[in-house]
Amino acid sequence: MTATIERGSATARVNSPADAAAKTAKPRRPGGLLGSSNGKKAVMAVTGAILVLFLIGHMAGNLKSFFGAESFNAYAEFLRTMGEPILPRRVLLTVVEVVLAAAVGLHMWSAISLARRAHKARPVKYAAKRKSQAGGYAVHTMRYGGVIIVLFVIWHLLDLTFGAVNPAGWDGTPYERLVQGFDPSRWWVTVFYVVAVIMVGLHLRHGLWSAFQTLGLAGGRSYRPLKGVAAAISVVLVLGFLAVPVAVMAGAIK
Amino acid sequence: MGMNLTLKVWRQKGPEDKGRMVTYRVEDVSPDMSFLEMLDVLNERLILEGDDPVAFDHDCREGICGMCGMVINGVAHGEQVATTTCQLHMRHFEDNAVITVEPWRAAPFPVVKDLVVDRSAFDRIIQAGGFISVPAGSAPDAHSVPVKKVDADAAFDAATCIGCGACVAACPNGSASLFTAAKITHLSLLPQGQPERDSRAKAMVEQMDAEGFGGCTNTGECTAVCPKGIPLDTIAQMNRDYLKASK
Repeated sequence: MTATIERGSATARVNSPADAAAKTAKPRRPGGLLGSSNGKKAVMAVTGAILVLFLIGHMAGNLKSFFGAESFNAYAEFLRTMGEPILPRRVLLTVVEVVLAAAVGLHMWSAISLARRAHKARPVKYAAKRKSQAGGYAVHTMRYGGVIIVLFVIWHLLDLTFGAVNPAGWDGTPYERLVQGFDPSRWWVTVFYVVAVIMVGLHLRHGLWSAFQTLGLAGGRSYRPLKGVAAAISVVLVLGFLAVPVAVMAGAIK
Repeated sequence: MGMNLTLKVWRQKGPEDKGRMVTYRVEDVSPDMSFLEMLDVLNERLILEGDDPVAFDHDCREGICGMCGMVINGVAHGEQVATTTCQLHMRHFEDNAVITVEPWRAAPFPVVKDLVVDRSAFDRIIQAGGFISVPAGSAPDAHSVPVKKVDADAAFDAATCIGCGACVAACPNGSASLFTAAKITHLSLLPQGQPERDSRAKAMVEQMDAEGFGGCTNTGECTAVCPKGIPLDTIAQMNRDYLKASK
């Protein structure tokens, strides 16, 4: 004769001083994919991937400035006319802008939501200074680095896109805004730019391979190449983005 | 000959007590003592002096039960790699060292007393899905159900998790991802785990969230302090299973 064991009877009921009954009940917040920490991480990974693809294109476009005003301005004009004649002027660009804005918004939403969850998970801090055992330095810049990056993006749009805080203003050509914006007399703009770009590099150093991990695409022997590629892409992007303002400051682009 | 140490230990009378760090001097400690034996020496003295001994969890004292958890000088189970506190020996410390000893810090692990925390949250994560419901009977003939060597090895690596909670203690987000991922991976790589693979991943991740653990930011601090060296790719496996189950 076989004994039937009630499910769960093998494990004794655990008495928790905390509200065990409330905890075993369904989570208060509507669950589902986006309510879960793993789902939020997936949102962060996908939106981050979109933004990285944008950064690669943005950096390549910036390097056009080394080929002179005409080349750079023509490229800026192309961004507005791409998709023509199938699409009216600026439609494709607007679509890209909307997707990017949504990606930034969702990336920030998941980051803030997860940071708040992490904050609540450790109400009492350690007395001893905790030493990082994993040796990752970039990972500890993600949250404050992200804040610096978003402040920079706001400044950057006001400066070079809308011309609101740029000497060449809205009416200047993109090339004029670039050259006058990074003029040596406005060295503090360049300093801010350099700090922000390095933050982006550190952000991607951790974020790029993390996206693969979060989406379950990493594993076993793929970590070393993944982290290597993440570091390489980060370095290339930082150097590519820094080349232009440094060249303007040095007078190589004028 | 023995070592003289200064201990700064977290003392907390009960769950409701606010708690504070208390400094003790421990003298004539043998370098061959384990960290727990050193605490035993302190406790014997405290008892003789009529003081309350420092409460800490321990059971097997051979590194396999997962009971002894404490954060030593800011590192879960101390700085020795792949070692539980009971297997950490005093020879790894300098004479006259000042050693800080604290409990695991996480909202889902409330302090019961001193260094003892309630880890029932882990039990509830297991209860949510970390099992096989179908009675599998007696052991089948070897190789009647083929399991790839890589899968068997990875499942076994994950199964070595002793549920000590060091991953949570070390994680800057207070995340239980490594624990939950080890339990999910252990079952999802084996044939017996397949029927409930999707529901298990969903239920365990949901319970992990409901307990109030933080999310994973891939810092790798968990695997660096794990006494069993559970690899980070278990978390990738959990993410993969969870996302697939949520489709």
